[in-house]
Amino acid sequence: MSLSYPVASDHQLARLLQIGMVLEEVVEARAHKHNESLDDEQDTDIEALLRDAAEESAGHRASLESLVDELEGDPVAYEEIEQLVAARYEADTDTDGVLYDQLANEETAYKFYDDLIEAIEGSDVRFSIDRGRLLDTLREIRDDEAAGVEDVTRLMEARS
Amino acid sequence: MNTQNQYLKAIYLVQQQADGPASTGKVAEALDVSPASANEMIGKLEAAGLADHEKYKGVDLTDEGIRRARDALQTYCIIERFLVEVLEVEEFRAEARQLESVIDETVGDRLDTIIDRDPACPDCFEAEADVCDHLVDDLDIDLEMGSEAAD
Repeated sequence: MSLSYPVASDHQLARLLQIGMVLEEVVEARAHKHNESLDDEQDTDIEALLRDAAEESAGHRASLESLVDELEGDPVAYEEIEQLVAARYEADTDTDGVLYDQLANEETAYKFYDDLIEAIEGSDVRFSIDRGRLLDTLREIRDDEAAGVEDVTRLMEARS
Repeated sequence: MNTQNQYLKAIYLVQQQADGPASTGKVAEALDVSPASANEMIGKLEAAGLADHEKYKGVDLTDEGIRRARDALQTYCIIERFLVEVLEVEEFRAEARQLESVIDETVGDRLDTIIDRDPACPDCFEAEADVCDHLVDDLDIDLEMGSEAAD
């Protein structure tokens, strides 16, 4: 055990980006499962929110995968994460549960990217990919997650 | 996991091994920092009500300190198991140590939704080997040799 200084190499960076990919895949897979479980409820606002979240996560995943690829890391197959999510998924019984889960997804992703950006900014390692492009990509994704938190919060407030 | 939580986790584990207060030297050794740095952080933990420090005796976590240390240790167990089960990382102990300062409890909780973890965590943690005891069983790790052999 030691107080480590993260993002000290291409390998560590690729590993953290892989974790980002997994988080995106969890969001995407859970959004699909939520939509299935709410099939009977016919709530167009929530359906649209979940559809947008899944599409956005797929886009983020593609951006992260391209960075992981440049760092010569392995991608994390969506199908594999989808199976893991399905194996442990417990359907939320109501729309509130789904919204809370979606809020947790967006907040978690925001926190992860925020910490990762800070760790990269605090590292003086020269990565084999362009640092500016890396940070621009991560900041763009983090901003999307922040907007996602606002969208879910707005929807929750409108229903309270 | 922030630096404060890493200290709490280290003190908790050193206390477990010592079955009493943790000496500053042992805490510094566990974290590979200087005794002066460890002393400084222990002072901060004491000011925050997370630890009690008695000169020549050592540091004891308060109830709140223990709660925070156990949460941090649980997150660490999650990171180790996630690396093994999902990313199939062989050197998962070394990588968990590198990652723990970037993966906080919030992210750990989300990763926990896709792993198969025993609810006994973090009581399962083997402080000396720096690994969850259930993972030792699952992966047939040789603790004497310190080697890691995934199935």
